[in-house]
Amino acid sequence: MQAAERAPITALRADPVLVRISGAFKHFPISGFGGLAVRAVDGVDLEIRRGETLGLVGESGCGKSTLARLVTALLPVTAGSIVFDGQDITRLRGTKLRRVRRKMQIIFQDPFASLDPRMTVGDILQEPLDNFSIGTVRERRKRVQELLRLVGLNPNFTNRYPHEFSGGQRQRIGIARALAVNPSFIVCDEAVSALDVSIAAQIINLLQDLQREFNLTYLFIAHDLAVVRHLSDRIAVMYLGKVVETADRNDIYDRPQHPYTKALLSSIPVPDPAVEKERAPINLKGEIPSPVNPPSGCRFHPRCPIARVPGVCSEVEPPLEPHGAKDQAAACHFAGQF
Amino acid sequence: MPQTLLQVEDLHTQFFTSRGVVRAVDGVTFHVDAGETLGVVGESGCGKTMTALSILRLVPDPGKITSGRILFRGREVTKMTDEEIRDFRGNDVAMIFQDPMTSLNPVTKIGRQIEEAMTAHERFTETLARGRVIELLKRVRVPAAESRVNDYPHQFSGGMRQRAMIAMGLSNEPSLLIADEPTTALDVTVQAQIIQLMKQLNRELGTAMMLITHNMALVASLCQRVVVMYAGRIVEEGPVEQIFNSPQHPYTWSLLRSVPRVDEARKDRLVSIRGLPPDLSNPPPGCKFHPRCPFVIDKCKTDPEPSLSEVGVNQVARCWVLMRNVTEEGVEAAKASALSKDAAAKLKAPVMEVEGNAGG
Repeated sequence: MQAAERAPITALRADPVLVRISGAFKHFPISGFGGLAVRAVDGVDLEIRRGETLGLVGESGCGKSTLARLVTALLPVTAGSIVFDGQDITRLRGTKLRRVRRKMQIIFQDPFASLDPRMTVGDILQEPLDNFSIGTVRERRKRVQELLRLVGLNPNFTNRYPHEFSGGQRQRIGIARALAVNPSFIVCDEAVSALDVSIAAQIINLLQDLQREFNLTYLFIAHDLAVVRHLSDRIAVMYLGKVVETADRNDIYDRPQHPYTKALLSSIPVPDPAVEKERAPINLKGEIPSPVNPPSGCRFHPRCPIARVPGVCSEVEPPLEPHGAKDQAAACHFAGQF
Repeated sequence: MPQTLLQVEDLHTQFFTSRGVVRAVDGVTFHVDAGETLGVVGESGCGKTMTALSILRLVPDPGKITSGRILFRGREVTKMTDEEIRDFRGNDVAMIFQDPMTSLNPVTKIGRQIEEAMTAHERFTETLARGRVIELLKRVRVPAAESRVNDYPHQFSGGMRQRAMIAMGLSNEPSLLIADEPTTALDVTVQAQIIQLMKQLNRELGTAMMLITHNMALVASLCQRVVVMYAGRIVEEGPVEQIFNSPQHPYTWSLLRSVPRVDEARKDRLVSIRGLPPDLSNPPPGCKFHPRCPFVIDKCKTDPEPSLSEVGVNQVARCWVLMRNVTEEGVEAAKASALSKDAAAKLKAPVMEVEGNAGG
């Protein structure tokens, strides 16, 4: 049965897209408010290509983490489809879902909260192997040591508990756990945000090495655009549940097409006093609106410096269309016109 | 010659724990001039926050200032009576913290909390304080300040709470504001607004600022002078342009190269500082940075720690080697070795094939 299922997957290897998100919605109903819902992900189309790192950025509450949970089938979609390696995972259940999950892993932000304090590091790393009945017990123990070495930790640390490790070391354990089952796709949800600068650099370098070594595909979610630009091949910008721009990591910085992207990029300080003297951040008006009741038309229009209100911006929702460079798309009626 | 506001001399703050004495601040000397912005940078646990808390005499138990002098406008802070220190905090020096949610009282209205900060010092009567609250909230650019004074902290967003904290810090018109990671918990767009606000306040009110952060970009944006701390010691100090353009201590150099820049296309790998900061109850002999330093020589391990010596105009560093004596090849080699340690160990590791046997 396994052989029969593998055949079509091999045939699809030619498809450069590993994950295809089409019209994905995730609404969280607010109980007692008759039909009201938090529209965390509100119509997202996005592709993640084999072997690339797609950076996903946006302010808190824009739906980045919810999208990550949809992509890894940790949350069911309200509507839409997510195709992973040629298979629509939104309708999978039971054994088939488990088989797909082995191919996708997630690394979380907080290395303190994401490791069970009562389990030894050995148990934490062996758990995924046990779950999927990979190898014999002895092979699993050996694999645990290999994993520790792989992420730059002492392989004899298997009997230690998470509290005996520093934040950076814990994040390495989180990475080792994700690698345990040989996934092809890893979601890094703010994986370096909680770490000290020099430690974050170690983890960033480690993630890059592992990607090269194992031909991994990353969805890298972070609010630090400098880190995202450093790690990613392409970048997608989210605002209030929607993707507003996607582009190559250099094009998005050199020629942003969406005014939100431009504002976001202009607000990041650069570690260079000479540049800082000249830099003029674009201040956005107000704050990110509630995802329960997003603004009409383009949902960025109340804060947009170039919006025509009343007019097309407050009336018509702009679709994500090609603008600017090759492989660049923006959802704006006046893309690039600033 | 600018007027010196704060002068810290050979400050030692130690924690007496069952594991021994932790030297959190270990002989720190620096000053803050009136109206200037000083950045204090370094990794977590290098003594930045403890230095700030020492200045306010707020070191938590079991910590104590064991020696050194803290002079504020010539007055010795370590010798102040309880009443004097209460007057000093807030009136002369105010501090804002990283997390604006836990620093505000959740059951008291924002306006009332700012009033309390003012009336506590008896500089303002209650009526006068109430009148000033709205003015203060306007000054920190809280929109619709007239109605928002009656809000509770949970009705404020993260950025607004930090603005309210800054308003509270400024309420008694201190001459020095210590900001400990004021934007770390905030979104980038909000961070930009807070940075801009702090710049404007520094210009408009002439309040000196001491910014404690690990974010080098923030320092480049806000500060005129920088102090770099490592393991409870100052390892380098100087004007911001010099520190960024020609850092002389390998720690400063590494810190600057460990962060990616958003305005640059990916060039090469980040420099990561190997290992971890030392245990401050048992620091390494010699230069405290030597176990992690890519340019270490034998002298660093055996000789006593070097003193802070002049390496440029108003720039001092504590290092036997200094970056200007490191050759181009040395720098390249250091970049390579910083990664090969990790990379070599990893790439040698055989990976067990775990195909098959999967699923139910």
